[in-house]
Amino acid sequence: MLKAHQGAEVDIIDRLPTPFGLVRSGVAPDHPETKIVTNQFSRVPQNERCSFFGNVSIGSSVSLSELREMYHVVVLAYGAESDRILGIPGEDLAGTHSAREFVWWYNGHPDCRNLAPDLKSTDTAVILGQGNVALDVARILLRPTMELATTDISSHALGALEESRIRKVYLVGRRGPVQAACTAKELREVLGIKDLYIHIQEADLLKTPTDEEELKNSRIQRRVYELLSKAAVSGHSHPSSGQRELHFVFFRKPDRFIDSDDRSGHIAGVRVEKTMLKESAGAGKQIAVGTGQFEDLECGLVLKSIGYKSIPVDGLPFDHHKGIVPNARGRVLSNTSDLTQLEEGLYVCGWLKRGPTGIIATNLYCAEETIASINEDIEKGVLASTSNMPKPGREGLLQLLETIHRTENYCSKDERIVLFGDGHHEMTRKEHIQYLKQWMTSEERLKNLNKLSDLAVKHYNEKSNSKYEFVKFVKATVLPHRGFLYHITFEAKEKDAVDGQSITFQAKVYDGRKLWDTEPDRFLDSDDRSGHVADVLFEKTMLKVTPTLCGKAN
Amino acid sequence: MFITKFSRLGAHVIKGLRRGQLTSTPGTAYSSVFNNHSLQPLKHQFFSATAGDKSQEGEDEANKKISVTFVDKDGEEKQIKVPIGMSMLEAAHENDIELEGACEGSLACSTCHVIVMDMEYYNKLEDPTDEENDMLDLAFGLTDTSRLGCQVIAKPELDGIHLALPAATRNFAVDGYKPKPH
Ligand SMILES: Cc1cc2nc3c(=O)[nH]c(=O)nc-3n(C[C@H](O)[C@H](O)[C@H](O)COP(=O)(O)OP(=O)(O)OC[C@H]3O[C@@H](n4cnc5c(N)ncnc54)[C@H](O)[C@@H]3O)c2cc1C
Repeated sequence: MLKAHQGAEVDIIDRLPTPFGLVRSGVAPDHPETKIVTNQFSRVPQNERCSFFGNVSIGSSVSLSELREMYHVVVLAYGAESDRILGIPGEDLAGTHSAREFVWWYNGHPDCRNLAPDLKSTDTAVILGQGNVALDVARILLRPTMELATTDISSHALGALEESRIRKVYLVGRRGPVQAACTAKELREVLGIKDLYIHIQEADLLKTPTDEEELKNSRIQRRVYELLSKAAVSGHSHPSSGQRELHFVFFRKPDRFIDSDDRSGHIAGVRVEKTMLKESAGAGKQIAVGTGQFEDLECGLVLKSIGYKSIPVDGLPFDHHKGIVPNARGRVLSNTSDLTQLEEGLYVCGWLKRGPTGIIATNLYCAEETIASINEDIEKGVLASTSNMPKPGREGLLQLLETIHRTENYCSKDERIVLFGDGHHEMTRKEHIQYLKQWMTSEERLKNLNKLSDLAVKHYNEKSNSKYEFVKFVKATVLPHRGFLYHITFEAKEKDAVDGQSITFQAKVYDGRKLWDTEPDRFLDSDDRSGHVADVLFEKTMLKVTPTLCGKAN
Repeated sequence: MFITKFSRLGAHVIKGLRRGQLTSTPGTAYSSVFNNHSLQPLKHQFFSATAGDKSQEGEDEANKKISVTFVDKDGEEKQIKVPIGMSMLEAAHENDIELEGACEGSLACSTCHVIVMDMEYYNKLEDPTDEENDMLDLAFGLTDTSRLGCQVIAKPELDGIHLALPAATRNFAVDGYKPKPH
């Protein structure tokens, strides 16, 4: 977008304090080469016209409609942060996790830091699914921890893996080796783990004519199949004692999770049904159907790697069946049935647009498509433009975040709020945010900030023996701290200067009274802190010398 | 340089607000995220990693350059001179040719995919390794003469080679271009 539009300003918002999404929290820690792409990502906000805002969540910190009011274009690329479910009995037993959670756990994602998967009370794990994520998970469970220790795996995961008793891992797939959904790279890696016994049933490798046809048409399936066939015949027929084992279990689908007899509520195994392949009409691919034959795989840990799922935010059209936002080349469609009605200025990209498949590079083409759509819409005049409808953009977002923070600082989500500084008016959180938004743009607030700026100038003059005069207020941010702590930017000029050019100042000013007597005041001795000027920075000198006034700043 | 206010406000701002904010302690949790990944220019990395043995054969050889033509998305040609031993990815970047290189030549992605336009030249290249093939499996618009730019190293026999960027093949396909079979 920055490249395509020299005038565009782009703000990137993420609910985490850190960027990079699944490249940080999905891509395995022992794939540092894959993460090199973050170098390229890091160059993006180095552009003057781009900023990154972490810790801002769409749907809770800021709503989609608010974003759309503030920006000409909103591109949603918030991925797929939920899981598909199997919908079979026992899915919630202790000891079952989704692969997403497990991956987030070993990658140190804040949401799963405390997952604490139990790797000690069992020596067997079942992984449902045979895609790349499943292989990643198997590799992390089976790879010597000495080798993992040199990666940037989270320390809580490394510790748990070092003490893990898991020796045996089953990788269960509904279909056969011809249809395995992984890539050759991932497979080669897991097959190459040091001192690992690999088991693949040779009978599973038999191919039907339809399989042959499938292989002929897909280079990747061909190469995966070759690797599996080679692995099936190489190596020993039995594991040596204590050796770690990986079993590829093809043609099996999970039927139910088995509750433990002695540890009720805890997983003891997975009942699987043997399957066979049937050509599905129309789709041109083979699907697995049950044969009515069942068997149990005993285990104490189950990791379900059957796919990620996106979740909609308020006000976003969503196709629940496909788990994506309905779109036409990235343009969000108003509803799934009418393919012509578009949501103006709203676009999607990545897993939220295509579903949870594809590698990092796939998102590159995906993004190119979305950007091309945006450009077309700009050219065609479909989008509101800066000239016919100016939007506040970053300024607006900052103001909103500040407003929300003021509210959040003294009330939880559903609590009613007693109006600050008034003491008896009650408001809901929503009303309060609304109220603050009005306040932010009110005359009264501006008057107050002018007054505080003026105080800051006087303070500065006193300390530095200068003669500046307040000219105008530029902007301010505020932090509630028993009263408010303002960071104000304003302009002032020298009283007797001939050219009369104004200069930007920044000041830190406390406004308000001490309200909570029990808390020690970290900032001031005095109770009365209205208009107490703590710091004033004179912008031009800011980078060169550190004026004595600016304490901490440099 | 960064804004601590936002760590209290519940948001970390990377940059773009240098004006108009009073900054206090630099180095919020966030700023280090970007700073830690010190951004090396791409070229330092590949050249040493991929320089071919050929370059050691003698001064003359090492100083020689071959001519390489890149054909971009729109079918536009750009001819450049590439020193023996340099990878096509690095050469592309030195010459502002829009070839991605997400993993910076470490064989972990397929974004530097190029298509050797002439079978004769394709056959002059060493066969791709398993690792390169693993990545090519995932390349967009794969053809029989596809390679990764980071793995194609300039050598005298390649003088005159034409490399198409994959998007270009979409256009070629429209014009009836068919990649030649093995
Ligand atoms: C386990 C795993 C391993 C993988 N390994 C590889 C690999 O080795 N190589 C490879 O090429 N590809 C790999 N991939 C695929 C690759 O990671 C994805 O293709 C890619 O990251 C998808 O990008 P995205 O932008 O759609 O989503 P994501 O990368 O998931 O980014 C979504 C972002 O949105 C943020 N977010 C979510 N909800 C909100 C909200 N409400 N408000 C604000 N922000 C929000 C998230 O914090 C996140 O930063 C892997 C994927 C997984 C799951």
